[in-house]
Amino acid sequence: MEITDVVCALCGCVCDDLVVEVEDNEVKKVKKGACSVGKSKLMGHGRIKSPAIRENGSLKECSYDDAIKKAAGILAAARRPLLYGWSSTVCEADKVGIELAEEIGAVIDNTASVCHGPSVLAIQDVGLPSCTLGEVKNRADLVIYWGANPTDAHANHMKRYSYISKGYWTAEGKKDKKLIVVDVRETKTAKVADVFIRIEQGKDFLVFSALRALLLGYEDVVPEEVGGVSKKDLLETVRLMKEAKFGITFFGMGVTQSTGRHNNIVNAIQMTRAAHTHTKFSIMPMRGHYNVNGFNQVCTWETGYPFSVDLSRGYAWYNPGETSSTDLLVRRECDAALFIATDPGAHFPGESIRHLSKIPVIQIDPFANPTTEFADVVIPAAISGVESEGSVYRMDNIPIRLRKVVDTEYLPDEEILEKILEEVRAIREKEGE
Amino acid sequence: MERMNARLISGRTIAQGQNLDNKLSEEYYNAVAICEMNEKDMEKIGVSADENVEVRTSYGEVVVKAKEGGGNPEGIAFIPMGPWANAVVSGDTHGAGMPQYKGIDAEIEKSEEKVLPVKELMQRYMG
Amino acid sequence: MAEGELLIKNGVVYDPINGVNGEKKDICIRDGKVVESVKNPKVIDAGGRVVMPGGVDIHSHIAGGKVNSGRLFRPEDGRRGLEAKTKVCRMQSGYSVPNTFATGYRYAKMGYTFVMEAAMPPLAARHTHEEIVDIPILDNAALPLIDNNWMTLDYVKSGDIDLLTAYIAWIIKATKGYGVKIVNPGGTEAWAWGKNCDLNDTVPYFDVTPAEIVKSLGEANEKFEMPHSIHVHTNMLGHPGNFGVTMATYDLVKGIKPSKDRQVLHATHTQFHSYGGTNWGDFESKADAIADYVNKNEHVTIDIGSIILGDTTTMTADGPMEYSLYQITGRKWTNHDVELETGSGITPFLYSGKSPVNTIQWAIGQELALLVKDPWKVALTTDHPNAGPFIGYPILISMLMSKKRREESAADMHSAIYDRAALPSIDREYDLYEIAIITRGMTAKALGLHEHGKGHLGVGADGDVAIYDMSPEERDAGKIQKAFLNTKYTIKGGEVVVKDGEVVATPAGKTYFVTPECDDTLTEEMLKKLKDKFEHYYSVTFNNYPVQDAYVPNPYEIKAPMRG
Repeated sequence: MEITDVVCALCGCVCDDLVVEVEDNEVKKVKKGACSVGKSKLMGHGRIKSPAIRENGSLKECSYDDAIKKAAGILAAARRPLLYGWSSTVCEADKVGIELAEEIGAVIDNTASVCHGPSVLAIQDVGLPSCTLGEVKNRADLVIYWGANPTDAHANHMKRYSYISKGYWTAEGKKDKKLIVVDVRETKTAKVADVFIRIEQGKDFLVFSALRALLLGYEDVVPEEVGGVSKKDLLETVRLMKEAKFGITFFGMGVTQSTGRHNNIVNAIQMTRAAHTHTKFSIMPMRGHYNVNGFNQVCTWETGYPFSVDLSRGYAWYNPGETSSTDLLVRRECDAALFIATDPGAHFPGESIRHLSKIPVIQIDPFANPTTEFADVVIPAAISGVESEGSVYRMDNIPIRLRKVVDTEYLPDEEILEKILEEVRAIREKEGE
Repeated sequence: MERMNARLISGRTIAQGQNLDNKLSEEYYNAVAICEMNEKDMEKIGVSADENVEVRTSYGEVVVKAKEGGGNPEGIAFIPMGPWANAVVSGDTHGAGMPQYKGIDAEIEKSEEKVLPVKELMQRYMG
Repeated sequence: MAEGELLIKNGVVYDPINGVNGEKKDICIRDGKVVESVKNPKVIDAGGRVVMPGGVDIHSHIAGGKVNSGRLFRPEDGRRGLEAKTKVCRMQSGYSVPNTFATGYRYAKMGYTFVMEAAMPPLAARHTHEEIVDIPILDNAALPLIDNNWMTLDYVKSGDIDLLTAYIAWIIKATKGYGVKIVNPGGTEAWAWGKNCDLNDTVPYFDVTPAEIVKSLGEANEKFEMPHSIHVHTNMLGHPGNFGVTMATYDLVKGIKPSKDRQVLHATHTQFHSYGGTNWGDFESKADAIADYVNKNEHVTIDIGSIILGDTTTMTADGPMEYSLYQITGRKWTNHDVELETGSGITPFLYSGKSPVNTIQWAIGQELALLVKDPWKVALTTDHPNAGPFIGYPILISMLMSKKRREESAADMHSAIYDRAALPSIDREYDLYEIAIITRGMTAKALGLHEHGKGHLGVGADGDVAIYDMSPEERDAGKIQKAFLNTKYTIKGGEVVVKDGEVVATPAGKTYFVTPECDDTLTEEMLKKLKDKFEHYYSVTFNNYPVQDAYVPNPYEIKAPMRG
């Protein structure tokens, strides 16, 4: 059976024109629309077969009920629990997660904390002049990737939305456009660029400042070389920006994860505003996961804040650097953690993992991964976008609904969380909280 | 043994992404437990592709397989995001909540030790 | 809807739709609806207090992409309204951009039971619905933006009103929306290239004028028995001298006969569109000209969009206007253009009584309400949060009811109010009946919701009641303001949700949407063009575009057949 308009649940591109062949309740083939990474997700891998609880160092299989009860017990007893992940599940699950966090006074945080959190901080300083991806497809004649490598991280991005794509005023695709890539090394994306600007690692802030100065007409203050880039190249970049009818800068971890963090993004946004005095210019963060944005959206409208939300006071307390997962773990402040749709074992700094290995950890995920190695309760979930449907937000804030293409016995994240919440409430009621 | 100073960055690759749901596998190990370097840097420390290197930062050290390329200029080393890279990433977020996944000062030298599989890597934290 | 019977006795009732003007009257409710009489009810003794139908807000930005972007980039606003969760209530945050829970609770505490989300970008309609579902208590609806859409622009150009009709039917259905929202027509498409449009400018590349867009949409809307008219944010918002454009826009649809007994054009946040002068230096109020127009014509209704002093967050689909505002203040600015459809801009703004411009703006909103003679043409709004947060409504109510309060406030503000605004010379004071009209009677009628149980307390109406803790004789502005901020009781669908100013229950609200029933042949033809747009220009697929039922768990559908 062929299913069309299937939505890929992997990266922030959220490609929604996939065609999938399903037979005997199994995805047999991804016929079109997905890149190799999305295809890999849809075709599936070996997964956690059963819930489990760690006893004497090894995981022992148990029922969903037992695992949920154990998880609830851990969370209800915790004084400083952390609920983290959320970016690879659906908004419906996020809502339950926030309710659970509110119930137990937890800190709730998502992967933005280690990804585009600095972008959010920057937006909170200066705002974000942006647009939807279709705007880029239809109008952009100048595309800049800065500290981002879509060929490796968002493989369909250029084809669907930016450089290779064809739109209303960009019917000739690449021929109508210029691609600039700014990076510390010549990535595969850089290799297809019209202009590759190699920048000294960690010097993005300076180069943004230089471009701003040039865009605003202060050529004299810019030295002959900034951050490894010649003034000549900077002037040429500015010329391309000024002459564009519609410019867009996509930026990634190269600028959020390096020295300067959110200050780099503030400067990138200010550069966009400076470019905007000449022509239409926008900027967009390349969100990594298919629903990292969705969690930030739900968390913002429900708590008032986008991530790193400490609910121990009964209302939201937001202070990245204090209430972010990494800081909480490195300060050894957390005494229990729930990880859903994420893998801190693989993606957190070692120091965080060191602490996690000492506290009770609950993992909700379809797949075993490094986190499973130290998790105390493991609860396998249905795979969102394959086995369960739900709401997600693309990198440009557009909401799309994941489709379910096969049935499953595994419980969806939302249901697991609802059961945990119910059990936590029962425990607290019994204890007279 | 020649040792070099490098600026270490970590990030996504296609092969790493293809194995996001498959991290305990050989494919993931081969894709992620690596360090891409400029060929001149490899020459400097006397290591060939697929031989091992130890990468050490002020936070920790890890042994990974050296690979040539990634478009790296001299002095830039790239380890795909994942548990090997994070073995040497500090938990200091500079008050911004974000660890320094990119731009860590590192020392790299050839190593005869083996590259730990993921499970053993996790074990190191559980001591 | 609550089961069981409720009797509200000894209340002094103001129910303008049914002509009830301060009558001591029982209100009987059974199973959530107003009934003639009850047998064994729970009794609430209103003790001589003012009783009104639940408030109906005709225009407020409470849920959706730009509202949430506003929240996201204003953590400082969040801290102004932090309240810990209770046994009944979830956590609260925010002042001009409250979180969804606070939005529901605070409106309910002011006696409101229905709020219209003012502007929903169709491509992101799912977001509006997903967020609005998290607003407790309030019944709601949302207005999809249809005026900068490429389909609209194409049909306006070709003059195919019938096909435009099919398109608006489709998009209102697809977005589970309530009607046709128009914001800076043509101008927001121009903004996608960094430009803007005045009423008779040509939209770049599309070769139509905003005037043509408004007229065409006005005609198309009336091809169905739509509960609401077109809802218009006219061009050149916020520009000194824009009052001429405003009235010219109203003229465009003057000859169109509405399909129902209502206005043909609802002009929103009219304060921002009643400006005289030529620049910020000689800026003055032209509310008298606008009011004069509204007094002389029957086809236009307005909501005032009146200023509340203080810091707030501006957010509209008028991208170019928001950019101008940011250029004036230099504060943070977010922009979000939406492919083939619309856009938005967001920037914080401080309305200060020290500023001559802000003072005159503050006067204009109230002048409109006081100079338009017929309150059935006026709705009380602050275009939340653009002119101010909705929590400021009680301040406005007290201003309209008390010349003394207006005088005291003006004395504390810039003296420009005495020569460039009319407010100080206006003696009129609203009475409670008129307040009830502009906060529930008129708004329900203008929205067509009076036929669906809202805005009145006649038999068959929803059991939505506000009991304000004041007697009808109360003249003290401060006490009036206090009473309208926190009700003695708010009853929603027969259930007590607020008691003594505290939220005691949080039932879920219903989402009202309209299903225009369009001719199949027209729809098929329109779809060919629409699918082509999806194929080539949109970044999502046609099949993934419409809002799925899962996003509207408590639907209330209003069918709008084609006009006979």
